[in-house]
Amino acid sequence: MVTTFFRLIKYGLQNFLRNGWLSVATLVVMTLALSSFLFLMIFRFTTGAVLTTLEDKIDISVYFKTSAPEDEILRLKKSLEDLSDVKKVNYISRADALDDFKNKHKNDAAGQALNELKDNPFSASLNVKAKDSEKYAIIASYLENEGFKQIIEKVTYAQNQLVIERMNSIINTVNKSGFALALIFAITAILVAFNTIWLAMYSNREEIGIMRLVGASNTFIRGPFVVEGVVYGLLAAFLSLILAIPVVLTANPWVQKVVPDISLRSYFVSNFFGLAGYQILFGILLGSVSSFIAIRRYLKV
Amino acid sequence: MIVFQNVSKIYNNHSSSSALDGVSFKMNPNEFVSLVGKSGAGKSTIIKLLIGEEKPSKGRIIFGSYEVNKLKPKEMPKLRRHIGVIFQDFRLLSNKSAYENVSFALEVVGYPQQEIDEFVPQVLDMVGLSEKMHNFPNELSGGEKQRVAIARAMIHRPEVIVADEPTGNLDPYNTWEIIKLLMKINELGTTVILATHDKEVINHLSRRVITLDQGKIIRDEEKGKFMLI
Repeated sequence: MVTTFFRLIKYGLQNFLRNGWLSVATLVVMTLALSSFLFLMIFRFTTGAVLTTLEDKIDISVYFKTSAPEDEILRLKKSLEDLSDVKKVNYISRADALDDFKNKHKNDAAGQALNELKDNPFSASLNVKAKDSEKYAIIASYLENEGFKQIIEKVTYAQNQLVIERMNSIINTVNKSGFALALIFAITAILVAFNTIWLAMYSNREEIGIMRLVGASNTFIRGPFVVEGVVYGLLAAFLSLILAIPVVLTANPWVQKVVPDISLRSYFVSNFFGLAGYQILFGILLGSVSSFIAIRRYLKV
Repeated sequence: MIVFQNVSKIYNNHSSSSALDGVSFKMNPNEFVSLVGKSGAGKSTIIKLLIGEEKPSKGRIIFGSYEVNKLKPKEMPKLRRHIGVIFQDFRLLSNKSAYENVSFALEVVGYPQQEIDEFVPQVLDMVGLSEKMHNFPNELSGGEKQRVAIARAMIHRPEVIVADEPTGNLDPYNTWEIIKLLMKINELGTTVILATHDKEVINHLSRRVITLDQGKIIRDEEKGKFMLI
């Protein structure tokens, strides 16, 4: 058993080395296929990060009449927090708003003017963040409830509705088209890699016939090809990772110009082993499964 | 012992004529049998049926304890390990050296490395190739390639060696070298089945000859001669 196993590995490596250009060509195609997987993962990360930053910027604010009692505001806050679509509610009291304004306008005329006033002119507000940007409409309609009319001055959703809806449609489109793109890419990569291995196998069909005539069992014929496929996958995984390094480094400053919050470089570095693991797994699966299936054709009789 | 009982073979092509038509014969251990006939007479079909590369349309084929016509694809490798096959076009593995081509037949069967290292040089020496055992097939002449093929066919000591036009691509000198090798193998106790249409070879051998024409046996003689039909 052990001898057979080592012989299969020996033959697989030998085929790989002796097939020369055929091996190189197959390796290049596999590397391209795996590179597209890798860039797909990085692309998903980038769009994901961009969308999160965008979503984070969306919120609605509820401004209360200056006469509204604080306990009612807090009760509303509590009831908002109980809504399943709400992620977080921030309460800014009238005093907080005043301090905030004073801090911002310490040295200008607006700050001076404020000091002339006896009363605090600011209203208290609640800052509401939804779990999902599509849920703001629901929260806004909840706030239109008759019971709250007496204390609520205005809700910013009405002003920002257009922006929020447009943002939502952008987020949706990017998500959907990103997924479609990923799917198309993945299918293409798999088909191309599979086809290449099939071709490599086709050029070996006579050898396979000879092996059968000598009395080689199917395992013995198939084994070296599967080993060869695994070798392709492993090497292609490493090559695609090495290729990705300069690309990531070049793209990094450009991406940061558009979205300052994300760094491709640190993503790549901190997730290197995860990405490498995926690549190796994809590579080995793609190589070995393609070989295994492709050789079936030539094993009949 | 090899027995063909009323074997017919019709290829599924458009022609309705059969490649073999009700062929029956028996070969005893240690015989040297020549199959003679024109191209398309059925020589190669008999060989393909014997090694299980084709299935008969009708009839039974017995090889030792195997009923070849009933074997499943999975069981074929075991049968083929009892038979060594030599072809006109050599059929060597082009990306393996002469040595590796021969040792492959043993590795497939699971021989331990030690015995492989011992047997392969012996057999290559016997066919006269010890000098060139690390050459690849494209570095060998036709006669040398065929000798590698013979070494590969006999390395695992099969009961039968089947040679399908082994001298078809060779010059007269190499032809005799190959025939002498086959006779030597036969003397060592292996059944040899030789398909050929080389008149001189047949007449020189004066062993059993089965003559085929259009898929039928028309003559089966001990010490046969090559005769025009």
